[in-house]
Amino acid sequence: MSSIHVTTTLNGDPAEFLCEAEETLLDVLRDRLGHTGAKEGCGTGDCGACSVVVDGRLVCACLMLGAEAAGRSIETVEGMAEGDKLHPLQRKFLDHAALQCGICTPGLLVAAKSLLEREPDPDEEQVRYWLAGNLCRCTGYDKIIRAVLDAAAEMREAS
Amino acid sequence: MALDSKQDDRTHQFKVVGTRPPRPDGIDKVTGRARFGADMTAPGMLTGRILRSPHPHARITSIDSSEAEALPGVHAVVTRADFAHAVADAATADVLDNCMAGDKALYDGHAVAAVAASSPAIARKALKLIKVDYEPLPHVTDVDAAMQPDAPALHEGRANETVPAGLSPNVVARCAFGHGDIEAGLAQADRIVERTYRTEATHQGYIEPHACLASVGPDGQADLWCCTQGHYMVRNTCAEILGMDQGQLRVTASEIGGGFGGKTTVFLEPVALMLSKKAGRPVKMVMSRSEVLRASGPTASSSVDVRIGMTKEGRITAGFAELRYQGGAYPGSPVDMGAMAAFAPYDLENVKTVGWDVVTNRPKAAAYRAPGAPMAAFAVESAIDELAKGFGLDPLEVRLKNAAREGTRASYGPTYPAIGLEATLRTARDHPHWSAPLGPNQGRGVACGFWFNFGGDTCVTLNITPDGTVTVTEGNPDIGGSRASMSMMAAEELGIPYDKVRTVIADTGTLGQNEVTDGSRVTFAVGLATIEAARAAKREMCRRAAQIWGIEEEAVVWEDGAARPAGPNAGTHPPMSLAEIAAIASNTGGPIAGHHEVNAEGAGVSFATHMVDTEVDPETGAVKILRYTVFQDAGKAVHPDYVEGQFQGGAAQGIGWALNEEYIYGADGVLQNPGFLDYRIPVASDLPMIEPVILEIPNPGHPYGVRGVGETSIVPPLAAIANAVSEAAGVRLTHLPLSPPKVLDALKSK
Amino acid sequence: MVQVKIFGSLAAAADDQTEVEIEARTLRELLDGLAARYPAMQPQLERGVSVAIDGRVYNDSWFTPIEPDSEVVLLSRLKGG
Repeated sequence: MSSIHVTTTLNGDPAEFLCEAEETLLDVLRDRLGHTGAKEGCGTGDCGACSVVVDGRLVCACLMLGAEAAGRSIETVEGMAEGDKLHPLQRKFLDHAALQCGICTPGLLVAAKSLLEREPDPDEEQVRYWLAGNLCRCTGYDKIIRAVLDAAAEMREAS
Repeated sequence: MALDSKQDDRTHQFKVVGTRPPRPDGIDKVTGRARFGADMTAPGMLTGRILRSPHPHARITSIDSSEAEALPGVHAVVTRADFAHAVADAATADVLDNCMAGDKALYDGHAVAAVAASSPAIARKALKLIKVDYEPLPHVTDVDAAMQPDAPALHEGRANETVPAGLSPNVVARCAFGHGDIEAGLAQADRIVERTYRTEATHQGYIEPHACLASVGPDGQADLWCCTQGHYMVRNTCAEILGMDQGQLRVTASEIGGGFGGKTTVFLEPVALMLSKKAGRPVKMVMSRSEVLRASGPTASSSVDVRIGMTKEGRITAGFAELRYQGGAYPGSPVDMGAMAAFAPYDLENVKTVGWDVVTNRPKAAAYRAPGAPMAAFAVESAIDELAKGFGLDPLEVRLKNAAREGTRASYGPTYPAIGLEATLRTARDHPHWSAPLGPNQGRGVACGFWFNFGGDTCVTLNITPDGTVTVTEGNPDIGGSRASMSMMAAEELGIPYDKVRTVIADTGTLGQNEVTDGSRVTFAVGLATIEAARAAKREMCRRAAQIWGIEEEAVVWEDGAARPAGPNAGTHPPMSLAEIAAIASNTGGPIAGHHEVNAEGAGVSFATHMVDTEVDPETGAVKILRYTVFQDAGKAVHPDYVEGQFQGGAAQGIGWALNEEYIYGADGVLQNPGFLDYRIPVASDLPMIEPVILEIPNPGHPYGVRGVGETSIVPPLAAIANAVSEAAGVRLTHLPLSPPKVLDALKSK
Repeated sequence: MVQVKIFGSLAAAADDQTEVEIEARTLRELLDGLAARYPAMQPQLERGVSVAIDGRVYNDSWFTPIEPDSEVVLLSRLKGG
């Protein structure tokens, strides 16, 4: 086995790592780069717990190879807050109690941020369909949807 | 100290309890910092993997692991032969056999061997080099088929003394409950409904797969990190299986990514410990989603016969149910819980339930949120609905007419104290949802549900720091915000702000025994222990103040966060706050703490009524949930956000159980849908908002009136949805899930 | 003497009586008394039972007091998720 040397950008920081050809981006983030915010719930792209953004596009990190990160820009939940200032979505998730166990929360936050960058004024149905790829088993989604709609409203006012 | 009398008066105004402060673990969970089961590493760590049976039932004639052991990078191979320590307790012996098969593989996915290797790739390769000789045996996965006298038998001699002679050895236990005379009651009925209802096995569906990291030293001391609902249970079970002293095994619970009962037992942990012991290195094991579905602990599938008689005025004259649950390959399906809960919401003169526990070639069932009750409620609440609608009666009024109340003899035996069922029914009847108009192909359903709730062994230590802040140390993994609730109850009791209290979950070396986070027990039992620990600390602080003031302890009271002189001879000393007493603790006797250890008995039962609107697509049979309202008694909602979350989450899981989720076994006995694509849990676009209505009928067994809330919410949805869909479709549906093909068939057969 | 109500499948071990009288002032005396009088109950008592005393459920606490007029009901051992 010969490892592959990859240079990439992670949450704005230059990063490099060695990986095997078969390793997924999720494996690399978690096991090589110490970013365990993205979670593996299924490994088959069905649960969204590993949602990250690659060059502006929302992807399941378990469905992309680590070697494919070369030359790209990766954004994960660890990059959402600016210093000690939480992203409005993070704050609204806490205000609305939009998490119980919290395992799906990183993926949902990354996916919701991606939605609001495309559609700053989504209605409930748009939020529900955009987040349909992110499974949550604890909340029944009610408080998550409210948190996203509330964050969108606040972000619109601020802009 | 004279206890502040206000604290025992449940009508008093709470200052902290009932508010909605941020949870202490919140920031970690929205920033990715929280460490779950798979997020831990250790120096020199190996990867553990499990080889699983491809057969649903097979004798294991030999296992040859020599080639795997010779592969460079492989540090240990484990089979059942390594677990040589004799396990005395029968239930724990079953847990071991489920973690690592003995003579026989009993289901598709049953563990037969495990390896620890220096990389995941080498571990996978090593599994392929292990040669297992199987002698395939006939199998059975359906509960009714498994009860036939000629069904393939999983075990011999496992039936207990309750099972009559002459039945299949797969029938391992029988239970019965009730009172009165069923036939006499049925004779008074104007109409009797007699039907069989079926539900399929479902999985708790927690998003976090099982994961652990084990490290065993040559001196026999071991550490284990894992995601579990109860690390004390993990310690005790693993110590018994491995023949270790409990005190030598320290277990730390990670943050837990959902459990719902599925993490109340062990699957990987004893294997990881054995691999680590053999390899002399830390070993990490993480299940794949396919392994979770094939080989963790789903709930039972059920087949239930019901006979209920009703007068034309809507009074139930008799209720009978015979419940058959398969709980996988070992005894222990939750049929006894189902048989007790089936008719619990009703005041019945004549009621009887009989339950049969049956083994099949499926994974060993684990608890799932109110284990056993949702299937029983589905059958009973469907039949009551059919009777009510058959007489043209309002199904809510019929339930009110028969509702259990204080003084009712429960169907399972005891007489109820103050309970909240009628309150949920009345609130439901007066809610705008009940009178809202429905469109074509739409139907509305209601159903009631009951759960016992538990207490159990609990330890809490509350430490006062020198600067006057407080740490609460407890031993129950926080699965949905319980740390916030503990901090709130401590703050309430001590009279200090919520943000001056931090609650942490201790490892097994820090506190005494703690029962698993299950049975909706944590807010009740750990809350009770937290309150008592705070009271102990208050007594000590009053004693210190009395010493300083030179007065009797009895002349000091604790009020609004400070010790105060009280009574005729106490004098006029200015109050001493918690922070002031804490600052001079070293001068007055040393550090101040309170602790409480208890087996918290006396939990309060809880009831819920659910209301749901559905629309059936006549072309496809697909069902859409249009509106959903939950009415439930919480006793006292400590943190209403998380009480609402429990109501909403239970309803959503029930919706999945009712509409989509099912274990599908082929004729070959192999699970056909071990992934989230085909085992489809509800997604955001499937659901509407779920309105939670909290009722508060205090539990007399808790200082603040708290009842458990986590489990009751999954009991009514199956029946409520089936009743709504049956109304929308114009035909009674009796077999869950109500997936489009089944609904379409029912529509065609009208 | 305490009146004890017994659930169906356990009644079979008590000569089909659904209510029996036992001399007991605590939960422990109750369980010991039942086991002594009805040896056929022993396996179920060893697997575990829950006992409702005046509507409150107890699992283990030996020294829970029982009054002569208390309502006492034997139940299957309760478990949760």
